[in-house]
Amino acid sequence: MKLGPIYAYTGGKDFNPAQPTVVFIHGVLHDHSVWILQSRYLAHHGWNVLAIDLPGHCKSGGEPPASVEEASAAIVGLLDAAGVQKAALVGHSFGSLIALETAARAPDRVSHLALVGTAFPMRVSPALLDASVSAPMKAIDMVNAFSHSSLAPPPSSLGPGTWLYGGNRALMRRVLASNPKVNVFFTGFKACDSYTGGEAAMDKVQCPTLFVLGSADQMTPPKAAQSLVGKAKNAKVVQLPAGHSLMTEAPDGVLLALKDFLKA
Amino acid sequence: MPGYSDPGFDTLALHAGAAPDPSTGARAVPIHLSTSFVFESSDQAAALFNLERAGHVYSRISNPTTAVLEQRVAALEGGIGAIATASGQAALHLAVATLMGAGSHIVASTALYGGSQNLLHYTLRRFGIDTTFVKPGDIDGWRAAIRPNTRLLFGETVGNPGLDVLDIPTVGQIAHEAGVPLLVDSTLTSPWLIKPFDHGADLVYHSATKFLSGHGTVIGGVLVDGGSFDWERSGKFAELTQAYEGFHNMVFSEESTVGAFLLRARREGLRDFGACLSPHSAWLILQGIETLSLRMARHMENTAKVVEFLASHPLVSRVGHPLLQSHPSHQLAQKLLPRGAGSVFSFDIAGNRAQGKAFIEALKVFSHLANVGDAKSLVIHPASTTHFRMSDEALAQAGIGPGTIRLSIGLEDAADLIDDLKKALKAAEKAA
Repeated sequence: MKLGPIYAYTGGKDFNPAQPTVVFIHGVLHDHSVWILQSRYLAHHGWNVLAIDLPGHCKSGGEPPASVEEASAAIVGLLDAAGVQKAALVGHSFGSLIALETAARAPDRVSHLALVGTAFPMRVSPALLDASVSAPMKAIDMVNAFSHSSLAPPPSSLGPGTWLYGGNRALMRRVLASNPKVNVFFTGFKACDSYTGGEAAMDKVQCPTLFVLGSADQMTPPKAAQSLVGKAKNAKVVQLPAGHSLMTEAPDGVLLALKDFLKA
Repeated sequence: MPGYSDPGFDTLALHAGAAPDPSTGARAVPIHLSTSFVFESSDQAAALFNLERAGHVYSRISNPTTAVLEQRVAALEGGIGAIATASGQAALHLAVATLMGAGSHIVASTALYGGSQNLLHYTLRRFGIDTTFVKPGDIDGWRAAIRPNTRLLFGETVGNPGLDVLDIPTVGQIAHEAGVPLLVDSTLTSPWLIKPFDHGADLVYHSATKFLSGHGTVIGGVLVDGGSFDWERSGKFAELTQAYEGFHNMVFSEESTVGAFLLRARREGLRDFGACLSPHSAWLILQGIETLSLRMARHMENTAKVVEFLASHPLVSRVGHPLLQSHPSHQLAQKLLPRGAGSVFSFDIAGNRAQGKAFIEALKVFSHLANVGDAKSLVIHPASTTHFRMSDEALAQAGIGPGTIRLSIGLEDAADLIDDLKKALKAAEKAA
């Protein structure tokens, strides 16, 4: 994989080498902006925030990772480039697998591991994989509907008045369009589907692990995370009344879970 | 409500943004008549002010009842979010003020509501924002009017009152080629007749006073963002893509890849201009939206019958509705507005000004007043009322003659509406 410059949103604060660092890793057809609230809060409460766009997505250069392992290498590369010896990793969905694999491969570089909306294995149906290429707009609509659990979520990322179904759909379309050369919808799903190292990776994780799961999540239902929960040595599980889009459907719940976990 | 696709229009019209109140069990949306909301802690207060957490602080910026309306209209339009405003005019002003300042330029349709025409032609010029007006169907004219400082193209889904249908796909493409968004006033159509985002518009607003509320009881507006316009790629909107000293040096397009416009519009526009909607008004509009699809279907059904009657009446020289093949927008309306092109339209009496006056004064079911989109049928004489500030030339450009009558067809029995019109036309005939 060709690594290009990786964009990281810092939550409105400059990087301060004296502070601990948290890296936010998004899922398929998302970017840094799904973490607006959580990342902005931590940035203003003593943490360096690096909420990235994965390689080949939106503002980041390079090629989109073809596998969880490739993406993990990019995260280690990011820490090296930023001069960060050790960071907390927070990942959502595809991003949670990347965070997990990174914590396993480089345990001395990861202080905390937070897996939001995770599952292992993270299978994607062949029909949806096909649709991500042959009918991506329809596939986006399907994933979008599956990702939300409520027509009346609390005030969210854009503040009161945000319509989450529409916001997520628009973001997924924008991210897909951001890379005219590679279909990052398909490559992301394929990487999730083909990742086989989840349990082995969890065996190697040495830092505390937080699971933030949505009780109404249809994409990665809580029961699908149990194989990882069972393997984790020092784990805490927080279940929130939300669907797969936890960061926007339960923004405060995710923040408070992270805040408690990171002692922020 | 999980499923394979978004919930349907009618479900959204009833449920988007609202659930039974968790503290009281109230099924209807509660009216939160509170200016302010108690902070849980000092930390939460600071986080709310710094956009680290989402919630309500002060009802000029947001309010729980108003937020339900915003989510509901955004859902019906297929947008990412919305901002409710004190009126439709406030929504238009908020859109313009968020996107540009002195030295900027707008290209707008000539077929606009008179109040919008006033804002663009007179008031905004005083603040250094210039507008070039183009006939909505003059596609080359739209393109030719664009200047380096153009920041917005703007038109109505169907122009008031001639019902010139805006070719949203084509005008949207012209806007995007120029790196600017297309703003559409969808007041006269409502999302039941057309969703402008599906056709290439970037921003949509409504005077919710009209069909959304639907009962002539409330003044309000809603501005919706489709989330599709790429402000950074355009490079013309420093307001959204560069640090804003007026709000923590926030770069709105970094904070939200698709929601930069709404972030700034709420955090600057509502904060500083303050044209927010009352929660009580929001509730009234929500009550209307619950029956929007039922009302719109009946509006269209009645309109078709009234148009047919007028088109065959000997004292009527013109009926300006795209249902008729003679209307210049007939074909475009068939394509963009298959459910109908609205229930507000004009016609000309083949007579003099006195006959027009006699016609209006003879009506019993139609009410003579300055509004449209009510459940009740309405009538007005645009040249002497809504559009009276416009010159004859501007009136002609907007398709309005001195004898033009504008109707807003309501939900009464169609036979009674036709009977009322028949008797009034008889009175007009006698006044010759």
